[in-house]
Amino acid sequence: MNIKLKALILLFIFNINYVLAQNSLVEKNEIFKNLRCLICQGQSVADSNSEFAQTIKLIVTEQISNGKTEKEIYDFLIEKYGDWIVYKPPFNKTNFLLWFFPYLVLIFGGLFIFLTLKKRVNR
Amino acid sequence: MKISFTKLTIILLILFIMGVFFVSLSKDSMYNTKNLVGKKLNNVQLKSFTDDKIISEIDLIKNKFTLINFWASWCTPCQKEHPFLLSLKGQKNLHLIGVNFKDNKNNAEAFLKKLGDPYHYLARDDNGKQSINFGIYGIPESILIDENLIIIKKFIGPLSKADLKFIKEKTNEY
Repeated sequence: MNIKLKALILLFIFNINYVLAQNSLVEKNEIFKNLRCLICQGQSVADSNSEFAQTIKLIVTEQISNGKTEKEIYDFLIEKYGDWIVYKPPFNKTNFLLWFFPYLVLIFGGLFIFLTLKKRVNR
Repeated sequence: MKISFTKLTIILLILFIMGVFFVSLSKDSMYNTKNLVGKKLNNVQLKSFTDDKIISEIDLIKNKFTLINFWASWCTPCQKEHPFLLSLKGQKNLHLIGVNFKDNKNNAEAFLKKLGDPYHYLARDDNGKQSINFGIYGIPESILIDENLIIIKKFIGPLSKADLKFIKEKTNEY
């Protein structure tokens, strides 16, 4: 195999590894940003350097390297700390209003504006 | 009296906003672990403080009640609760497990030598990973479990007289 081909293969492998590492880093940071630091004031795990945040970072990193998906990691932490640990809580019966409220506001707000304008035009 | 659609909407909106504020402000915004009560502990892998022995679920089910206490020598509130832990040592049906959290081994040993060792078994959690499995977010924290590994109560912060009373009553019930 000539040297150019070998170099090309090496470069290709290096690029794949680099892209995978970057993806993993992005995924990890996304997860950190969506986790609440329970002992901090309004900070995410990504923003905090507290003992708790550092331990959570360790756990998330370990679970990612064990092949766990983002959802599996959230599920694990929710099981231990409840929905409060995630900024984007899973959809359930206790928080359905939180999920639907923006849409309700949009619908009723639109309806309100439409009816008000219609009334004004009719006058 | 006829109220216009606009006025009614505004009144309803104000009432709704007031309702949201009322509910939110009267709610306890502090994180608590009450949702963990009644849940079963799993994947327990506590490493011994002195050797490489691992304590797992099999060891915990042998005890009628177990109090797992997370502590560290650098934690001042841990010193405050220590007399309570010492008074629980002889408690019938209760096994005490101490988990030394992110601590220096020599300091931890000195702490126990000075204040007394209340634990039947001492474990260590050097990097804090095991603490996550127990839903711990700060120390001291203690978890009372029964022989089925069901969490009876979590004590956040140092144990108090009331906590001590609860533990004693609970373990005496058996």
